[in-house]
Amino acid sequence: MQRHLISAADLTRDDAVLILDTAEEMARVADRPIKKLPTLRGRTIVNLFFEDSTRTRISFEAAEKRLSADVINFTAKGSSVSKGESLKDTAQTLEAMGVDAVVIRHGASGAPYRLATSGWIDAAVINAGDGTHQHPTQALLDAFTMRRRLIGRDAGLGQDLSGKRITIVGDVLHSRVARSNVDLLHTLGAEVTLVAPPTLVPVGVETWPCEVSYDLDSTLAKSDAVMMLRVQRERMNAAFFPTEREYSRRYGLDGDRMARMPEHAIVMHPGPMVRGMEITAEVADSDRCTVVEQVANGVSIRMAVLYLLLGGNEPAVSHTRIEEK
Amino acid sequence: MSKILIRGAKVLGGEPQDVLIDGAVIEAVGTGLSDEGAEVVEAAGKVLLPGLVDLHTHLREPGREDSETVLTGTRAAASGGYTAVFAMANTFPVADTAGVVEQVYRLGQEHGYCDVQPIGAVTVGLEGKKLAELGAMHESAAGVTVFSDDGKCVDDAVIMRRALEYVKAFGGVVAQHAQEPRLTEGAQMNEGIVSAELGLGGWPAVAEESIIARDVLLAEHVGSRVHICHLSTAGSVEIVRWAKSRGIDVTAEVTPHHLLLTDELVRTYNPVYKVNPPLRTERDVLALREALADGTIDIVATDHAPHPHEDKDCEWAAAAMGMVGLETALSVVQETMVDTGLLTWAGVAERMSVKPAEIGRAKGHGRPVSAGEPANLTLVDTEYRGDVDPAGFASRSRNTPYEGRELPGRVTHTWLRGKATLVDGKLT
Ligand SMILES: [Zn+2]
Repeated sequence: MQRHLISAADLTRDDAVLILDTAEEMARVADRPIKKLPTLRGRTIVNLFFEDSTRTRISFEAAEKRLSADVINFTAKGSSVSKGESLKDTAQTLEAMGVDAVVIRHGASGAPYRLATSGWIDAAVINAGDGTHQHPTQALLDAFTMRRRLIGRDAGLGQDLSGKRITIVGDVLHSRVARSNVDLLHTLGAEVTLVAPPTLVPVGVETWPCEVSYDLDSTLAKSDAVMMLRVQRERMNAAFFPTEREYSRRYGLDGDRMARMPEHAIVMHPGPMVRGMEITAEVADSDRCTVVEQVANGVSIRMAVLYLLLGGNEPAVSHTRIEEK
Repeated sequence: MSKILIRGAKVLGGEPQDVLIDGAVIEAVGTGLSDEGAEVVEAAGKVLLPGLVDLHTHLREPGREDSETVLTGTRAAASGGYTAVFAMANTFPVADTAGVVEQVYRLGQEHGYCDVQPIGAVTVGLEGKKLAELGAMHESAAGVTVFSDDGKCVDDAVIMRRALEYVKAFGGVVAQHAQEPRLTEGAQMNEGIVSAELGLGGWPAVAEESIIARDVLLAEHVGSRVHICHLSTAGSVEIVRWAKSRGIDVTAEVTPHHLLLTDELVRTYNPVYKVNPPLRTERDVLALREALADGTIDIVATDHAPHPHEDKDCEWAAAAMGMVGLETALSVVQETMVDTGLLTWAGVAERMSVKPAEIGRAKGHGRPVSAGEPANLTLVDTEYRGDVDPAGFASRSRNTPYEGRELPGRVTHTWLRGKATLVDGKLT
């Protein structure tokens, strides 16, 4: 069995559904008075963060602790790709400490893939976000949230997202969340539409399994879920769009636009939200907005992934990027 | 023994002939030449070419002797069949003064494996601001005729114009590394389908093409000659083709790796494939081969770019750009151009020896294989098939993308002015 989770594209439909179903089991643990399973007792997991992300790190850490793993947090902040700092050296230090899995966040696209395939270490590698490439557990928690909301907690078991229409809005170019979601949602049978100004859509997007639109209003009425991406303010200085206000007018989600979505449709956001620019407070605070659930679901998903990679006896997640292409 | 008889070699791939070398000069070419008093090299079935000339080599000395030195680099060149290499200026210190270029030139002469013709920087420190002392470098013992800020683009249009104008005084040429800097900020690989998927910063074709378009127009305007380094896109080919049809004095080079490899390889995230300009698409590769065949692209140049292991054994974004090329260039050209029927061996001689010597004004190189000419020669076993093994490289660095890959052809002998630098595949 392959032991890594690098890209959402590496997951088959059955892998993904198994992870979502397992996450439902894990979610029940959170409802117990003692939120802990003995599954990974004696296993050591390192959270190797070359890039700041308190939210993601805490989510993984909570998942690891609920599974009784020994957790080491390693932060190499601010030294992501500067000369003299070596991913390889760090990895080999951890290997010498007998680490079973490495959860890695890195500013460079491909760093987790390199860690998993270069022979530097034997541990399982879980990508917690690399550059503008992938963030597979984020896509899984998003899919989990959609399945619960759009199909149902119990009704969703064993189900994929066939026929669901998902719109992803914002800075697709720089978004590992968008890439991961397009891959996974397609695998799960959903129809994905990306909406962004042309400057924030990557050259080469035409081969992705999704539609691309520059017009948010025309997509709202046919969306079961609208996922807003984070837009960093510095993009404005790099002339990706003229002004914050113009971006907001064309691609922001406000109450009027939300009203044009079908009644059952949900609003999602990977957080943290920039209120006022990409999403108004009215939308962010509405009960159609799933941001808080997404955070809770993140822990369940990460427990499921860790369990299946390290403790589960069924092959759940395969890593076949190169072989398949 | 000063006489050497190369017996039965297919000169430029033609009918078998004998070539008699006396001292530094070819004495006779013909059939049934006497071997009296001569050391005989049996060359039946092999192809004899004029010694190869590389217009684009990074020797790293001075400054990065851990990657390569003039000695190791020229030994690698001799192994690859080269008798002359042009050494790029991006050393530490930069080759922007007569002192530095003379040092590099002299080291080449002292070591004796290959003539080293230094390239001078266009601007002081490669900074693109102020012209370097182009005239002084030309008048130095090194006799510099090619100027380049390679590694960086001379992106300021006025500086480029002035450089083109200035070198006319002594028949020099400016070799441009065409890379619009603003369009390639944060660029990691060819911008396209693969970069979109991998989330690596895109390096658009237009960043190369827009500079080439500007520079051929500048060369036309001031009536100078310009050389375009390592063309990598189908669009660049179109622009050069147009410029030549218009009578603009432009020449262009392509690297072996751009004739063979594509950006699909970047899916491995293995930095051995990280190179500047980046590997492009299959469509670009085919356009480059065609352009080299029809003469739109004049020459093959290696862009031999040695790097120590640690600069490549890391994550993609942190890795150095470049690959070594001197020892595999001819094999790659055989695979992509000769074995595909696009080019004859005479065509290879033209593009890897005659034209590069002409563009760089390398005296005594790229000459016909005939009586009275300098004995700069390369003998190739074109039937050979074998896997590339970097452990056997003479280069100090091992960053080859071909490790373990089967490539055809092997240089068995190289002679520099009649002196063997490579015999039976072994350096002397
Ligand atoms: Zn260059």
